[in-house]
Amino acid sequence: MSGSITEPSSRQKTVAGTLVILYAIITILPLVWIMMTGFKTGPDSISYPPKVFFQPSLEGYVNLFTSRTRATPEQLATLPAPANFADELARDRGMIITGPSKFGERFLNSVIIGFGSTFLSIFLGTLAAYAFSRFKIPLKDDLLFFILSTRMMPPIAVAIPIFLMYRSLGLSDTHLGMILLYTAVNISLAVWLLKGFIDEIPREYEEAALIDGYSRFQAFVKVVLPQAATGIASTAIFCLIFAWNEYAFAVLLTSGTAQTAPPFIPTIIGVGGKDWPAVAAGATIFLLPIMIFTILLRKHLLRGITFGAVRK
Amino acid sequence: MTDTIPASRPIRRRIRALSDRSIAWLFVAPTIFLLLAVNIFPLIWTIRLSFTDFRANRPNREVEWVGLENYRRILTDPDIWNTMQVTAHFLVWTIALQVLIGFTLAWLINRKFRGNDLWTTLIVLPMMLSPAVVGNFWTFFYQPQIGLFNYVVSFFSGVDPSSFTMIGSVTLAPWAIIIVDTWMWSPFVMLICLAGLRSIPDYIYEAAEIDRASKWRQFWTITVPMVLPFLMLAVLFRGIENFKMFDLVVQLTGGGPGSTTELASINLKREAFEKWRTGYSSAFAVILFVTVFGLASIYVKALNKVKDR
Repeated sequence: MSGSITEPSSRQKTVAGTLVILYAIITILPLVWIMMTGFKTGPDSISYPPKVFFQPSLEGYVNLFTSRTRATPEQLATLPAPANFADELARDRGMIITGPSKFGERFLNSVIIGFGSTFLSIFLGTLAAYAFSRFKIPLKDDLLFFILSTRMMPPIAVAIPIFLMYRSLGLSDTHLGMILLYTAVNISLAVWLLKGFIDEIPREYEEAALIDGYSRFQAFVKVVLPQAATGIASTAIFCLIFAWNEYAFAVLLTSGTAQTAPPFIPTIIGVGGKDWPAVAAGATIFLLPIMIFTILLRKHLLRGITFGAVRK
Repeated sequence: MTDTIPASRPIRRRIRALSDRSIAWLFVAPTIFLLLAVNIFPLIWTIRLSFTDFRANRPNREVEWVGLENYRRILTDPDIWNTMQVTAHFLVWTIALQVLIGFTLAWLINRKFRGNDLWTTLIVLPMMLSPAVVGNFWTFFYQPQIGLFNYVVSFFSGVDPSSFTMIGSVTLAPWAIIIVDTWMWSPFVMLICLAGLRSIPDYIYEAAEIDRASKWRQFWTITVPMVLPFLMLAVLFRGIENFKMFDLVVQLTGGGPGSTTELASINLKREAFEKWRTGYSSAFAVILFVTVFGLASIYVKALNKVKDR
């Protein structure tokens, strides 16, 4: 339909395309730079002018996963041959690897708390969303608004009593405490998004199943859940991304055992100053999964970030 | 699932026999219970604490009931007014810039050039990432001399890259946080505006074209009013989020230098978890919550009016 009067002209398209691509490149540059810095050596990362081309090195990643001490050349000479490339790399810098760093643990905490809270919010959220979508519930709109309004409180404001509550219940700095907390924060998103998805499934499917002798519960499990699978999956990813990125509660309520990666990564320091390649390596490992999820989610992105208010 | 779990007969029959009403309550109750326990109970506790002089770091000290004293002190505290001004400055500028950039991008993408989906997805990436981790890395970009940001600015303007520090200077720090927030969240406004632009049916423009309305007139009488409800929704979301803003700015500036970037949440954190004035900060938390809730309710009313028009 090139004859349509509302179709932009090809010159318009070229100009618009060029501007958007230019913006995209500028906006992506900081992210590319983080990934590049992860493969730089310490001196390369802070050189002037900033280095675009450099000899790639795994030093940042080695530093991220290990803790090291400085050793004199004499000490190094007495050691047996390096066991692996990481050892070798550290010794080239006059260091000995003394053990693993805390990054692995913190990353694992992020995984456990992220997946735990996502599972729980999806489980509870699907049940509630189904009920809100299909049944008459007194004060339904008020309840739904109440669920949404819990999202308006600044996390720090809620953190004061939660800090006190967790201290007396022994939930401070535990995985369970963080999972429950993130579930409570995420459940508003889960209920609102999933209600939207379930609203879109025609009621006739369940009614047919009910006539066929299914109970209401069976109809929910066997008819509605499979139909809602895509919606449930994308809601789950949104919950996971929130829990993965959350910082305010994590930094106030965890310090060791259950600390997640976001409060930990900024505290990575090297010997004599900030070890930017190690920070960049940690950031890359931490951010990359989310970038991949974002690309997978692109069709549902709008819906997720607006709590289902805008559907394409 | 009922096939795979060998439930005993009576239980199965009981599940089968559940009425719709009991299923409804069974399904909703856990969610409501969790929210009551982790959201409403703490909120009530905060309100209670706000009338006391409780200090969380001295739990054994006797707590005194001080009535409205905390509220009176907050409303007369120059620090709090400074915090509110910093927050307002941050809110106004981030929203203005994000609306401008977001709408422009959406409008350009809606020219439907080839490959626009791919570029849209790339532009969206920053807003999905952890603000704390990304904010921390921006302190590296903002370093004088070696920082990427300073280098790019000096490359285009000729200013010496070591002559300014974005996060160390009183005049530049408020802009340093606005720049990063705008970088992260303009795509959010863009996505919502894009949905608005795509919801305008072609025939409206065709009719305007037949009436010989100029492109400029079409833009102001069709495009803008039709996108406005979407844009207002985007502003609502950004407003609430940035009013609560904590992680990104804590990592970038920590509220400094001095208290030039001390947003409400950062001030609250200092009062509550560094000075341990629990009662006082609870009162501030209540004030903040009432403010967000009140402003959001008024705004939603306005939004609904625009939608119905």
